[in-house]
Amino acid sequence: MSATTAAGAAASAGRSRRPVPPEIRRRRLLLAVANHSVAIALSIAFLLPFVFIVATSLMTNQQALSPNIWPHPFVWSNYKTVFQAFPFVRYTLNTVTYAGLATVGVLLSCVPVAYALSRLQWRGRQAAFMLVLSTLMLPPQVTIVPLYIIFVRLGWIGSLKPLIIPLFFGDAFTIFLLRQFFLTIPQELSDAARVDGASELQILLRVIVPLAKPALAAVALFQFLYSWNDFFSPLLYAGNNPDSWTLAVALQQFTTLSRGVLWNLQMAASLLFMLPVIVIFFFAQKVFVEGVTLTGVKG
Amino acid sequence: MATIAERPAAALEQARAAERRRRRRRSARRRQLVALAFMSPWIIGFSAFYVYPMVSSLYFSFTRYDILSQPKWVGLANYRFMFTSDPLFWVAIRNTLWIIAVMVPLQVLFGIVTATVLTRVKRGLPFYRTVFFLPTMVPLVAAALGFIYLLNPAGPLNRILGLLHLPEPLWFVDPRWTKPGLTLIGLWGIGQVMIIFLASLLDVPRQLYEAAELEGAGPWQQFRHVTLPLISPVIFFSVLIGMIQGLQYFTQAFVVSKAGDRTNEVGYPQDSLLFYTSRLYQQGFEGFHMGYAAALSWVMFLVIMACTLALIRSSRRWVHYQGGFR
Repeated sequence: MSATTAAGAAASAGRSRRPVPPEIRRRRLLLAVANHSVAIALSIAFLLPFVFIVATSLMTNQQALSPNIWPHPFVWSNYKTVFQAFPFVRYTLNTVTYAGLATVGVLLSCVPVAYALSRLQWRGRQAAFMLVLSTLMLPPQVTIVPLYIIFVRLGWIGSLKPLIIPLFFGDAFTIFLLRQFFLTIPQELSDAARVDGASELQILLRVIVPLAKPALAAVALFQFLYSWNDFFSPLLYAGNNPDSWTLAVALQQFTTLSRGVLWNLQMAASLLFMLPVIVIFFFAQKVFVEGVTLTGVKG
Repeated sequence: MATIAERPAAALEQARAAERRRRRRRSARRRQLVALAFMSPWIIGFSAFYVYPMVSSLYFSFTRYDILSQPKWVGLANYRFMFTSDPLFWVAIRNTLWIIAVMVPLQVLFGIVTATVLTRVKRGLPFYRTVFFLPTMVPLVAAALGFIYLLNPAGPLNRILGLLHLPEPLWFVDPRWTKPGLTLIGLWGIGQVMIIFLASLLDVPRQLYEAAELEGAGPWQQFRHVTLPLISPVIFFSVLIGMIQGLQYFTQAFVVSKAGDRTNEVGYPQDSLLFYTSRLYQQGFEGFHMGYAAALSWVMFLVIMACTLALIRSSRRWVHYQGGFR
């Protein structure tokens, strides 16, 4: 069967064997053109903001305020000015510290928990899982008041500690995703290792973790990006100390540090902030799309 | 006689059974301990970062407390103030309801539309999917800053609207247009919803459409009677998540309000961007009215519980699960 008849069979059920009549072929072409026009129009709508942001980041400030849409001349030095105008490197280091340690903490704490919730038989497992699920629904706002008070007493306000340390004690979203993945690994593999006398910790480290690498990568990626983008918690816990600002907080404060808004520098700084995320996205798109689908369909 | 020989044998058998039972019990206890050891990070985290905060938050909600001095018991005063004399509480509720009732449904709708467009293009799907998803990756603060520029009264969007002879709203300067402005940011970052819908649309068996077409169903009827029931679990999921996120709505509004002038109040202009979480932030972490902020967070908790239960209950009527509930 040729490719055309196969496509024809999918498009018009029932009359697949006959050669496609010209009027139907024309209708199908028009439909394809219409579909692509809509898709292209949507693409332009999604991309246009990026175009304007990039263009503005390369303008002089007068140009950014004028009705010109294209930069003339191109001011590449805006990107250098961003590094000079405010301690961009320091904020980047803070953000990397937060995102990096948060990722490590989440992996270390959630892997054993997810293991216990998916591959061990014990009393109270179902109840514990229901509690994990219920914290998944709970927004952070519900607990911030007492947590803030605790962190004040510990002297952690103004540092990154309140953002990082709790993540070494489990995160509902990560536990849930890893549990779902661990459940898909055949039980026989664990049983075989158990017969060989392996302890549960050995089974986790030598059997489950190697098989779960894609899931671990996805979870690490999600946590890193979540922390990189996070604004509410860093604002709350570190907002009073500029030395601990992450890029998200610094960028928001930057809008008002210089009297009068400097659109060009602001757009350049925003682009530098989103650049790593977008680079990661292009390299790990598959992980991303599959991960989101997993959360949605299984959630 | 057999009984003499049997008695010791029976006793031995009994002893063996007891031993086996003891061993089984011991191994069950061991298993339980191992499981608890694996669970320990979460047990500590759950107690320290959920149970204790929830309980102490309930206590603080009945006090007046500014962190510096001791909490002072005031009974229900915080709750009474919230519902009867705090005018901004109701403003925050109204604005948050706007997000949940207007923006979230628009996002779900737009997610379905973009996903449907993706299912209909035969060639170039990966390209379009990447483009549609890309804005979702942009950090919220950066997206908000970008749109503050795009939507400034003399900015690019208004220039385009001017060329098309359409009205040019003042967006983030005009209290009537601030929330529609935020909705544009929300629609730009639709990627996650879209991807989930795309997966579920591609799961709809083709034969169902073919059967519907044979019965003479048009495109709308096919969508209404085939697609919609089959993607209803995903609609349910995105409405639930949208509602919970709507109650937490903060970052974009905060950035927009404070852009231009740091001394602007949370919710600027004219409290049009004062959302529930903004009010909580304002009371707790700008005014240090910790007691009142704790009351606000407990009400938020109860509202989320109630809405979730209501949504789950209503879902039995309109969500169609293939092969019953999971």
